[in-house]
Amino acid sequence: MADIAFLLLIFFLVTTTMDTEVGILRLLPPMEKAPQPTEANGRDVYEVNINDANELSVEGIPMDIQDLRSGVKEFMTNPENSLVLPERRSVNRAICEQGIALARSRMLHASDEVSKQVHQKELSTWEHKLAVTELIGDFQELPPNAVIALRTGSRTSYAMYMNVQNELEAAVEDLREALCKEKFHREFKELNEKSSDDRPLIKAIRAVHPQRISEAEPLEVQSIR
Amino acid sequence: MSIFKRGSTKSTPPISTASLPDIIFMLLFFFMVTTVMRETELLVKITLPEASEIIRLEDKALVDYIYIGPPVDPDRGTEPLTQLNGQFARLNEINQWMDWNEARRDQKEVPFITRSRKVDKDTRMKMVIDVKQELRRSNALKINYSAEQDR
Repeated sequence: MADIAFLLLIFFLVTTTMDTEVGILRLLPPMEKAPQPTEANGRDVYEVNINDANELSVEGIPMDIQDLRSGVKEFMTNPENSLVLPERRSVNRAICEQGIALARSRMLHASDEVSKQVHQKELSTWEHKLAVTELIGDFQELPPNAVIALRTGSRTSYAMYMNVQNELEAAVEDLREALCKEKFHREFKELNEKSSDDRPLIKAIRAVHPQRISEAEPLEVQSIR
Repeated sequence: MSIFKRGSTKSTPPISTASLPDIIFMLLFFFMVTTVMRETELLVKITLPEASEIIRLEDKALVDYIYIGPPVDPDRGTEPLTQLNGQFARLNEINQWMDWNEARRDQKEVPFITRSRKVDKDTRMKMVIDVKQELRRSNALKINYSAEQDR
């Protein structure tokens, strides 16, 4: 009996692995849209470049990787209302209700299907924002086109790229964690996406601090002097 | 006196092995529950990069793997190659591979498939970008950069 069990045990030890799949999840932008987020508005884009020599530069200025996290946080919160960083617009209940009313009336008067759908979308974003204000009160919203644009050279090493991705992720995660502690007195990591109580909280926090990392179009990055 | 002497010379009985199968079975079940079957045999050498902000992918059945790294076999050179399933693949074969993966699954699960890229950390970005563009072209947008926990 023990021999058979031993045999089976050894078989399973050899053929199976214990490691679980971990990593950084990303959602890629669809191909056909191919937006050019960068040139749109300078202050809304945080340009992160890594050149072929694995040197990091942010908005054209060389930067150490240790400073990237605080840089991203500053970009996303713009604490001093700087003119070179994205303008944070405050969102409160009144503004949301106004937006909903406006979108509703526009939808009623829409002449064709296409514009109706546009207003429908508008309406749902306002409704979503209203739900957020109900959960966490008034908040400062990042402009919808604000984005972190990450670009690499073709000879940049993957390790460096992952380091930068990790820092970007960490910055957003830090902000969310801080907000979650402040508003809900809980840790953001402990919120469970599968529980129906926690899901709105997660959505609200993600709405305030969205993770917008664009890796859209790979361009050649010139080396920085 | 003689009573004590007799007792001490008695040899110790052998350990009973009657419970051995139970113990081994317990170990066996433990391993069966906690481990998963090894996927494909790797033809490329991969040292994953390290990251601290990683999340665990919940459903391993919905994850497909793309391996990129220098080949194990020295005859194939040192340039990084792409491996899909158990064989090397060219860039234009990725599309076909994804169709195959979608076909073997339930139609409802298709939007939830994650493509996990296991890339060697010394790979140049050109290779990674090329694969990424290929994935975007085929509308496979949910991807994972596989990494190892650090710190």
